[in-house]
Amino acid sequence: MNSLIPLFIIIPLATAFIIPIIGKITNYFAKIIVPVVLLILCFFSINLLISGNQESYVIGNWQPINDIPIGINLVLDGFSNLILCVISLIGFLVSFYSYSYIRKYSSENNFYALFCLMIAGMNGVVLSGDLFNLFVFLEISVLASYALVAFGVGKHELEASFKYQVLGNIASFLILFSIALLYWQTKTLNIADISGLLKIGDNSALLTFTQIILITGFGLKAAIIPFHAWLPDAHSSAPSPVSAMLSGVLIKAIGVYVLIRLFFSMFIFTHEIALLITILGTLSMIIGSLLAINQNDIKRLLAYSSISQIGYIILGIGIGMMVLSSGGEKSIAILAIGGSLFHLVNHSVFKGLLFLGAGAIEYRTNTRDMNQLGGLAENMPITSTTSLGASMSISGIPPFNGFFSKLIIIIAAIQAEFYLLAFLAVIISIITLAYFLKFQKSVFYGKNQNYKNIKEVPFTMSFSMIILVILCLGLSILAIPSIREIVLDQAVNSLINIDEYINLVIK
Amino acid sequence: MIVYILCFILFLVGLYGLITRRNLIKIVISLSIMEFSIFILLVLIGYIDGGIAPIITGLESNPTYVDPLPQAMVLTAIVIGLATTAMLMAIAIRLYRKYRTFDIREIKNLKG
Repeated sequence: MNSLIPLFIIIPLATAFIIPIIGKITNYFAKIIVPVVLLILCFFSINLLISGNQESYVIGNWQPINDIPIGINLVLDGFSNLILCVISLIGFLVSFYSYSYIRKYSSENNFYALFCLMIAGMNGVVLSGDLFNLFVFLEISVLASYALVAFGVGKHELEASFKYQVLGNIASFLILFSIALLYWQTKTLNIADISGLLKIGDNSALLTFTQIILITGFGLKAAIIPFHAWLPDAHSSAPSPVSAMLSGVLIKAIGVYVLIRLFFSMFIFTHEIALLITILGTLSMIIGSLLAINQNDIKRLLAYSSISQIGYIILGIGIGMMVLSSGGEKSIAILAIGGSLFHLVNHSVFKGLLFLGAGAIEYRTNTRDMNQLGGLAENMPITSTTSLGASMSISGIPPFNGFFSKLIIIIAAIQAEFYLLAFLAVIISIITLAYFLKFQKSVFYGKNQNYKNIKEVPFTMSFSMIILVILCLGLSILAIPSIREIVLDQAVNSLINIDEYINLVIK
Repeated sequence: MIVYILCFILFLVGLYGLITRRNLIKIVISLSIMEFSIFILLVLIGYIDGGIAPIITGLESNPTYVDPLPQAMVLTAIVIGLATTAMLMAIAIRLYRKYRTFDIREIKNLKG
C-alpha cells in the first residue's frame, strides 16, 4: 500500500493542530504554512487529475473478505479528483488573501487552524467511500464553518451563526437518520457495497422515503430553495475570505457533491426522484435570482446569487438524471452532467472572486451598503477590473467561462426537449446580468466625494484576485473537446458507469 | 414495536420544543432531545431479541449476538453531538452578553 491519497486529509488536519502550538511563538508561522500546504495539495491534485489515476485505499489495511468490504475506504475517481482540485485551489488563494485581510481580527492563529480543519473535513467528505465516515468528516467541516461564521463576534455574526447551527444540526440529524435507515435495509455502510445490494433488491417504499430524507438533509447543506433560509445570513456575516470559501466550495463539497455521488453511485434513481431534483433546481434558480435583485448589501446580493447558481448546477444534473431514467440518449445525459460539473468549477472561481472583491471593498471603506458606495473604480483599479470580470462571467458574457457552462446546460435542455427549462435558464441569466450591472454601477461608477482618497488593497489581496480573474478567462478552454476529455469527461464517466466505481472498491 | 413508537415520540417532543420555545437555551435542549432520539433508533437497529454482548467467550452454545457496529457508530455520534452542543452553547452565551437576553424575539437583526 503506497497510495498517497490519505495525505489529502492528514496534511490539513495535522496543520490545524500544529498551528495553535507553534503559533504561540510567532504569528507568521500560520500565515506562511497554510498557503504553502494548500499549494502543495493543489499541485498534487492537479497532477492526479492529469494522470487520470483512479484508486481506492483501505484505512488500516482491512482488506475485503469474500468480496465484502469490512474496512473504511477512501476512493479517488474522476469526479472526486475534480472537486479536490477546486477545494485546494480556492483554499490556497483564499488563505493567501487572508494574509492582510485577517489582521483586523484579534486571533489570527485560530482563524487559520479552523480554516485547515474545514479543508480537512471537506477533503474527507469528497474522498470517503463509507457513509458513516462521510458523516463524521461532514460534521468536522461544518463545525469549523460554524465557528468561522461567528469569527467577528459582533451581533450579526453571532445571530447568523446560531441560525446556521440550528438548521445545520437539523440537516445532520436527517442525514444520520437516513444512514440509520440504509443500514437497516442493507446491513452495510460501504457505498459501493450498498449499490450492489440495492441493484438486486426491489425498489421498496422505505427506500424512496430514505431518498427523500437524504435530499432534504443534503439540500439543507447545499441551500436549495425551500431550505435556503440560513445561507444569506451566514454567508454575508462571515469574514469575506470565509464567505468566499463557504459559497465557493463548502456548499458544493458537502451538499451538491454528496447528492450527486449518492444518487449516481449508490441508488438506482427512479424517474420521480429525477423529476423532484429538476424541480428543486429550477425553483432555486428562479427564486434565488429574484430575491437577489432587491438587496442593498453587497454580500447578501452575492449570497442570493449563490442560491441561484447552485440551482443551475442542480438543474443540469436533474436533466441528466431525467434522460438516463427515461432511457433517452446517453450522449445528452453526458452533455448535461458535464455542463453542470463545468458550471460547478466555474461558480467556485467567480463567486470566490466576487466575495474577495466585496472583502476588498469592505477593507477600505468599512461599509457594504450599495447606496453609500460609489466611484471606487478610479482609486481601486484592480478590485474594480477583477470584479467586473467576475460579474461578466457569472452573467454569461461570451469570452468568460460562465457563458460556456450555461450554454452547455441550455443546449442539453433543448436536446432533451425540455424547452421550458432552457427558456427559463436564459431568462434567469439575463436577470443575473441585470443585478450584477446594478452592483457594478452603484459600487464602482458614478461620483462619491467620501471615497476620494481611498487606496488600492495590499499586494496579497490583489494577487489572489488577479489569479482568479485569469482563471475566469482561462477555464473557458475546458469547453474545447480535447481538453474537456482529460478533465470533465473523466468525471462524468465515473458517474455514469456505476460499475466502474464498484469495481474500484470491491476488486 | 412499542420502542420505535416511543423513540418517534421523543423526536416529536424535541421538534415541538424547537418550534414553540423562545429561549435560546431551550432551543439547544430541544435539539439535543431530537439528536438522542436518533441515537436510540440507531442502537435499536442493531438490537436482536435475546441477543447478548458480542464478546466471544466460548462458554455459551449457539449464542445470539447483537450487532456491534451501530453501537460503535452511536459512540462516535455522541462525541460529535457533544461538540455541536458545546458550539451552540458558546454562541448562545455570547449572544446573551451582547443582548442581555435569551429571548429570540428580541434577537432579530437579520431577516432570511
